Amino acid sequence: MGGGFGVSTTSVLGGVVKRREDPALIRGTGLYVDDLQLPGMLHVAFVRSPYAHARVVSVDASDAEAMDGVRAVYTAADVAHLGDLVTQVAVGKLRPLLAGDKVNHLGEAVAMVVADSRYGARDAADAVDVEYDPLDPVIDLKEAASDAALVHEDMESNVLLAWEGGPWGDEEAIAATQQTIADAKGRDDTVSVSIEAVNQRLLPMPMEPRSVVADWNVGYGRFTVHSSTQIAHALAGGIAQTFGLSLTDVRCIAPEVGGGFGCKLNVYNDEILVCFASQQLGRPVKFTETRRDAAGSTIHGRGWVATATITGTADGQILGYELDGIADMGAYSQNFTVAIPFLGLFVGAGQYTFPTHWKVACVHTHTMTTDAYRGAGRPEAAYYLERAIDAFAREIGVDPAEVRRKNFIPADSFPGAATHIGFPMDTGDYETNLDALLETAGYEDLKAERDRLRAEGRLVGLGLATYVEVCGFGPSALVDLGFSWAAYKIPSGFSGSGLVRVQADGTASVIIGTGPTGQGHQTTWAQIVSNQLGIPVENIRVSHGDTAESPLGIGTFGSRSAAVDGSATYEAANKVRAKAADLAAHLLEASADDIVFADGGAHVAGSPDQQVSWSDIATLAYQPHRLPEGMEGGLEAHAVFSPGNATWPFGSHLALVEVDGDTGDVKLLRYIAMDDCGNVINPMIVDGQIHGGLAQGIGQAMFEDGDYEADGNLLKWSFVEYPLPTSADLPSFELHRTVTPTDINPLGVKGIGEAGTIGSAQTVVNAVVDALSPLGVTHVDMPLRPKRVWAAIQAAKTNGSVS
Amino acid sequence: MHVSLTVNGQRAVTDVEPRTLLVHLLREELGLTGTHVGCDTSYCGACTVILDGKTVKSCTMLAVQAQGAEVTTIEGLAANGDLHPVQEGFWERHGLQCGFCTPGMIMSAVGLLSENGSPSEGEIRHGLEGNLCRCTGYHNIVRAVEYAAAKMRGEEPPAPEWEEGSA
Repeated sequence: MGGGFGVSTTSVLGGVVKRREDPALIRGTGLYVDDLQLPGMLHVAFVRSPYAHARVVSVDASDAEAMDGVRAVYTAADVAHLGDLVTQVAVGKLRPLLAGDKVNHLGEAVAMVVADSRYGARDAADAVDVEYDPLDPVIDLKEAASDAALVHEDMESNVLLAWEGGPWGDEEAIAATQQTIADAKGRDDTVSVSIEAVNQRLLPMPMEPRSVVADWNVGYGRFTVHSSTQIAHALAGGIAQTFGLSLTDVRCIAPEVGGGFGCKLNVYNDEILVCFASQQLGRPVKFTETRRDAAGSTIHGRGWVATATITGTADGQILGYELDGIADMGAYSQNFTVAIPFLGLFVGAGQYTFPTHWKVACVHTHTMTTDAYRGAGRPEAAYYLERAIDAFAREIGVDPAEVRRKNFIPADSFPGAATHIGFPMDTGDYETNLDALLETAGYEDLKAERDRLRAEGRLVGLGLATYVEVCGFGPSALVDLGFSWAAYKIPSGFSGSGLVRVQADGTASVIIGTGPTGQGHQTTWAQIVSNQLGIPVENIRVSHGDTAESPLGIGTFGSRSAAVDGSATYEAANKVRAKAADLAAHLLEASADDIVFADGGAHVAGSPDQQVSWSDIATLAYQPHRLPEGMEGGLEAHAVFSPGNATWPFGSHLALVEVDGDTGDVKLLRYIAMDDCGNVINPMIVDGQIHGGLAQGIGQAMFEDGDYEADGNLLKWSFVEYPLPTSADLPSFELHRTVTPTDINPLGVKGIGEAGTIGSAQTVVNAVVDALSPLGVTHVDMPLRPKRVWAAIQAAKTNGSVS
Repeated sequence: MHVSLTVNGQRAVTDVEPRTLLVHLLREELGLTGTHVGCDTSYCGACTVILDGKTVKSCTMLAVQAQGAEVTTIEGLAANGDLHPVQEGFWERHGLQCGFCTPGMIMSAVGLLSENGSPSEGEIRHGLEGNLCRCTGYHNIVRAVEYAAAKMRGEEPPAPEWEEGSA
């Protein structure tokens, strides 16, 4: 058992339950948006800019409009009255629905074609003649930050803001921290080590391309929109806001969603535009991305350059950490965009005590928008910090585990520990976690084995990294920091909700405000409710993703659903349980205090032979005339949960690699992870989340590169140019955990969706640098593809560091 | 153009544009939406079906090229409603998360096991290299195929990796 759960009537919390959602998915009967065929449905294709930066001289759609089956071609002027794309954190240039007189990134939509068929729409899009006058693009981040040329001529600077801490927002305290670090640097017993590194842009690339079907019913005056979104309620609100409708006039449904990883955590211009087309044409309208659309026009992640500097003494005591960086926002701000580095700032100093000055400037460039991609700001922050600590440890010749241990926030600082920006942390025990990893992995033996192989001339390396994450967002008070979601008619996006209804036959219907993109909510939530009510998991059906029926909840991102919406559902189940105890007491002529729930029903303590079933209890609830005086009929409850804090999972990872010195090929031999996400509801699902998270972090470290060319081209149009890790690229992962429950929600769970990604890229890079360290290599930028690693080896040999 | 083929044991006769891809015939003409389109470039494998006994990527084949062929899609895999051992393995070993790559992954695994009934981990990993999954890191997909291989050999599948105390 995971331990730490309060009320428990069965043992389904902390145990493996096979996924309730799988039978449909393994039979091919799950419904994804592109599967939908509505009568009279039309299809959309977009005309997209082939330039990063250009004036649009003219758009001639006459040939396209004359083609058979083409219903309409829309350009910027047709949708000007709808304004820019509705955006939550509206800092910077907002995206026009369609580009007007200028395009600002490759793939920006210039015109929308609507036709009878999927193929016909693409033919017509090819027939739209757009004349461009190409301009020089701003792509390089340092150049953008210098304002040598402006991305948007009506803005004064490309720099939107800089996140700086800590403590956050207190300029005097920041200056004092900088002075403390400067003083440390000035001492003659300290060493400073800097790494300048690129945290390259990534393309999220869920296997399901985004897809949306909008259906305007003129009679009802209502949109029904199916979308492969992570945020159905926000999409409904965004559409309502754009078209001047009420929330009851827009119903959004997210059916099966084939992965999201943050990129479906946005309201997109195509989602608004298909609504517009449906309203104009009186027909359902579908847009499904091609993979090429997904590469160039769905949000990207990461995209930072920064210099990280550690200053400390020769025994490994760190006296200061500085990060000075630039983060690429792309040409337009969308849902979170400038807020992503802010998430990095939260964990800028990781789980360490040393003084930290952290500053990342957010700049526009002529590229696609960046926004939340798995980890969102936190992988970047952890990467720079853990690479710099590793370099420092190497420089002073102290074991990297020892350096980390020396600088951890001690376990006895909890409760009361806070981050470098002054934000309180829930629970943590970093040293125990690290020690558990080292012991489980046999760290000393691994080091000895590495040294033995190294003595044979093989390039073998061992990489270690630790992390703390902030997730489980979060307090609804985040609204006061500007994260209100009001643009989507959601007053605060950071609470969760659940509705639990016991039906007359004793089965339970659970409707949640959040929705999954593969995380197994139908199973996890059934476990939560089953644990509180004793109704078997197989008699509980969990629904989500339909704004017409589900209570307000914002969605699955930031590893928040179990911690926030799961806790809300837990509390809703407890309310149902309290009422059911009254009902059972009435049936059994006993006091509610004496009712025990067990074996799929209830009995009076000490009299298990006189059992009433959930069906008996619910039947009474739905026969109001039989109820005791004053009791309301029905057996359902809704709860909203707003945690008092975010959650702070943590962990330690270890990778063993071998580099082929002749080809630069990196082989990941072993990957061992010790994660701590608090209590675990379903270990099978939690491990699965870590597996996937690791693959994405390792993907960044070794394979994926979404950076633009200097001329603003993006040569990443398919999985050939943007290689995701394949089954042959990865080893089986060795997962372990420590359990440090959080105290900010009743389940004690912290969240696990992003941890694997946050912990892994730097672990692999540290291992590869360790492997190459006998040659004198101190850093190689990601992704560690053979050509780049080979070049680093050649450069080191040429420099004559070591033979 | 006229095309006739057998899909999941049923004869299908229809007229399509010559350029219609097999996957669009399956999904949009025949309503078999279990076969997915993930990339348009035959790289991701979400569209994998079995055609005349061989796994093919149905987004890279014209419908008319399937004239006279026997095609099995994910919907046709469970014989008489009973799950194929590979489907069972994916369920038992958590071989899927979002489920989008799963039909293609399952069909490829069926193809792999028809050629090699006792694949090593390395052979499974290389055998499924043409199918991308963004959710699982492939770890549990490998376990699922190991499970199915054992079942198909009539052996007890390897125990799951879940920790002690699992329900």
